[in-house]
Amino acid sequence: MNLILFTFIVLLGFTSYYFGRKKAYTIQSTKKRLTALPQFYGYYLAIWCAIPAFIIFSLWAIFEPSIVKLLILSDYSNQGYLDDELNLIYEKTKALSRGQFTGEITPFIEASAEKYLSLRSIAQSSKVVIVLSAIIASVAYAYKRISSNSRTREPVEKFLNAVLFTASLAAILTTVGIVFSLIFQTIDFFKVIPLFDFVFGTHWYPAKAFVRDSSEALDPTMYSDTFGAVPIFAGTFFIAFIAMCVAIPIGLMSGIYLAEYASIKVRQYAKPLIEILAGIPTVVYGFFAALTVGPFLKELGTSMGLEVSAESALAAGGVMGIMIIPFISSLSDDVITSVPQSLRDGSYAMGATKSETIKRVIFPAALPGIVGSILLGVSRAIGETMIVVMASGLAANLTLNPLESTSTITAQIVVILIGDQAFGDPKTQAAFALGMSLFLVTLCLNIVALRVVKRYREKYE
Amino acid sequence: MNKNKEQLLNKRYKAEQRFRLYGQSAIFMALLFLTIFIFKIFSTGYSAFQKTWLIVPVNFDAELMMLDENPTKQDIEDADYYEIALQSMWNLDPNANEDQQNQLKRMVSYFFEREIKQELLKDPNLLGKTKEVYLTASDDLDQVFKGNYPRDLPEDQRRVSDYQLKIFDQLVANGKVESKFNISFFTNADSREAELAGIASSFMGSIFSILVCLMIAFPVAVLAAIYLEEFAPKNRFTDFIEVNINNLAAVPSIVFGLLGLGVLLAIFQLPRSTPLVGGITLSLMTLPTIIIAARASLKAVPPSIREAALAMGASRMQTTMHHTVPLSMPGTLSGTIIGLAQALGETAPLILIGMVAFVNTIPGSPMDPAASLPVQIYIWAESAERGFVEKVSACIMVLLGFLIIMNLFAQIIRHKFEKKWS
Repeated sequence: MNLILFTFIVLLGFTSYYFGRKKAYTIQSTKKRLTALPQFYGYYLAIWCAIPAFIIFSLWAIFEPSIVKLLILSDYSNQGYLDDELNLIYEKTKALSRGQFTGEITPFIEASAEKYLSLRSIAQSSKVVIVLSAIIASVAYAYKRISSNSRTREPVEKFLNAVLFTASLAAILTTVGIVFSLIFQTIDFFKVIPLFDFVFGTHWYPAKAFVRDSSEALDPTMYSDTFGAVPIFAGTFFIAFIAMCVAIPIGLMSGIYLAEYASIKVRQYAKPLIEILAGIPTVVYGFFAALTVGPFLKELGTSMGLEVSAESALAAGGVMGIMIIPFISSLSDDVITSVPQSLRDGSYAMGATKSETIKRVIFPAALPGIVGSILLGVSRAIGETMIVVMASGLAANLTLNPLESTSTITAQIVVILIGDQAFGDPKTQAAFALGMSLFLVTLCLNIVALRVVKRYREKYE
Repeated sequence: MNKNKEQLLNKRYKAEQRFRLYGQSAIFMALLFLTIFIFKIFSTGYSAFQKTWLIVPVNFDAELMMLDENPTKQDIEDADYYEIALQSMWNLDPNANEDQQNQLKRMVSYFFEREIKQELLKDPNLLGKTKEVYLTASDDLDQVFKGNYPRDLPEDQRRVSDYQLKIFDQLVANGKVESKFNISFFTNADSREAELAGIASSFMGSIFSILVCLMIAFPVAVLAAIYLEEFAPKNRFTDFIEVNINNLAAVPSIVFGLLGLGVLLAIFQLPRSTPLVGGITLSLMTLPTIIIAARASLKAVPPSIREAALAMGASRMQTTMHHTVPLSMPGTLSGTIIGLAQALGETAPLILIGMVAFVNTIPGSPMDPAASLPVQIYIWAESAERGFVEKVSACIMVLLGFLIIMNLFAQIIRHKFEKKWS
């Protein structure tokens, strides 16, 4: 039904476009001067036809279910049901009205199901009527304006401008959405677990929160030693550190080589090949780390008499480092090529070799940009999920031994939220709190990095 | 003094060479990783495109199938195939004891009943006759046949018993084992049994989420880019929007997963595990990528085009919509494809919104629960069975294939249609 109405509105919109344009031609044929190109008359009419209808249509779609629910549940309002029970009754009613109900049918629910169906049909027909009358009214208004040959281009362009502006708000809305989705759960979490315990506690054992019987009241003292995030934060930064130990030397040196030494031909092939590394999905890296690198390191360690966990931080960090190489290499390549040639020429003129020029002149000049690219790499390493989930351990050990397994923020979020979640459970909220800290850390890194890179660009452009 | 100078110079030249070597070895290392990587995936994955079949004579005994004489098609449809299927496996070794009979049954997939039924449905005249039927071998035997399974392990550490191997070797010697192209890998949905698992469900899941993502992200991103590049006044607010976009491009993907979970699922009550929710989440993620690409290509359109249009009396909106935007489309489209390729490879946000659920049906619309290719890789990689390892690699090959095609397509659009302004 909704689909039919939707297509109908769209069709009407198209028809009114042609109608409006035709009207413009008839005005033209009376030797009157048009105020805009004929198609603007069409756009004007089409906008007036479709937009109010769509607005009513979508508002209806948003509010209809909750109003119907309210009306149905008003029958039960003074019988002392809890919210959950009311929801259950409503779900049962809906299921019964669709004929999919399999449980015991009580007369109450049967009555509500009938009421539900009648309410739905009333809502449907009144929606059609209201939408259609909105179309008629607005088209009549717009048609009158067109006939009197008043301006059409300006309103149409104003409308388009508003659409463009709204679209540009999407980025802000997304950020707001992220903060919004994280903040409430996080606040609820800190109501149960003191912030201090979260930030400074050294035991992370969320599985303990599962043991709780849901009918018991929340007892905060139960969790005093459950959600201490220190091992998680330490593990995150530790693995990121290992990754950067791999990525910075290789990425930076290849960036320098590509920018300063490589012939055009080498550059032409090597650069895109290295960038393939950035295009490989992270789950593939994770598989590679878990199945090839981890066991390989374990075997290597055993042959040297070392005890290496199959899910060592080294395997996850190392593979993550490989993933980050192209980010650092291509960003530092860009940064180095944008260092002005005059600096190089000056250095060569003083008799410096190429490497001396790079080390003493170009590198210091490019340093802010390089630092920015490294910070972006770090932020990516901290936020990387799949490699850690698949290749690193899931138990949070507080360790600085790269051969043991540790866990990270991202891995814990996945472990907690995979499968069914119960909102309102401290365990689920803990994942959101971790997400919030991840978001804040990467946000700071990104802002600093982007600002550094931007400053640097402005300096030489 | 002179000698000292020469020494110093030599030292400097040596340092120069060393530095050069560091650079070369860094590039070499990066390319080496790439090669190992691709080699490893291909060498473990290519065998998944082959599937091992056991050719077993089946006696379509009407009595065992509880069929009367001259059965209708419906009767054949409803008949009991389990007994004849079991019997034909047992016939491989008439002297088998009960335990061995059980092992014989486990040499083929649990699907064998259905495969035999298909054979009869194709040709109802087979009733009462014996015919050799291709049956899917169990994943362990499949691995043995492909040489991926070490046979020299002690028996209690293997999932294939010595007895099964003996029978299997007899079959091989008689030419009753055949390896054919694995069509079911592409047409089957996911399964708990490695030999039957395919990528069809996750493939459709990926396609649906990418389509949803495209339908939302592309229009919004292009409109936003047009506004920011062509109409926005330079003020605090537009600066804020810009900072926001750049930040969003670097926010970890898992945070978008939390957004999907906390807003789309918890507040808007959209159905869990569906490509619809996955696509919306991915579209929020790709939005900044496309906006940045579209802005760059709008910026690349030279001002002379705009000035010419304005001089001819076009309004600013007309100038933008009729001239600037069409000219910027190649760059925007290739940026969009690259953004979609990124979204196609994304796993973590989809796991959070529940697209990891085990789905053994092929989704028909974005509202049906589904997995996606990368999530399928994750699911299979987490399962312990040997047969899944090659499936994972094969799935990775399919995914990488798609990414390569998409990136090539983006390159072609860019090179073929983009005007070079000079």
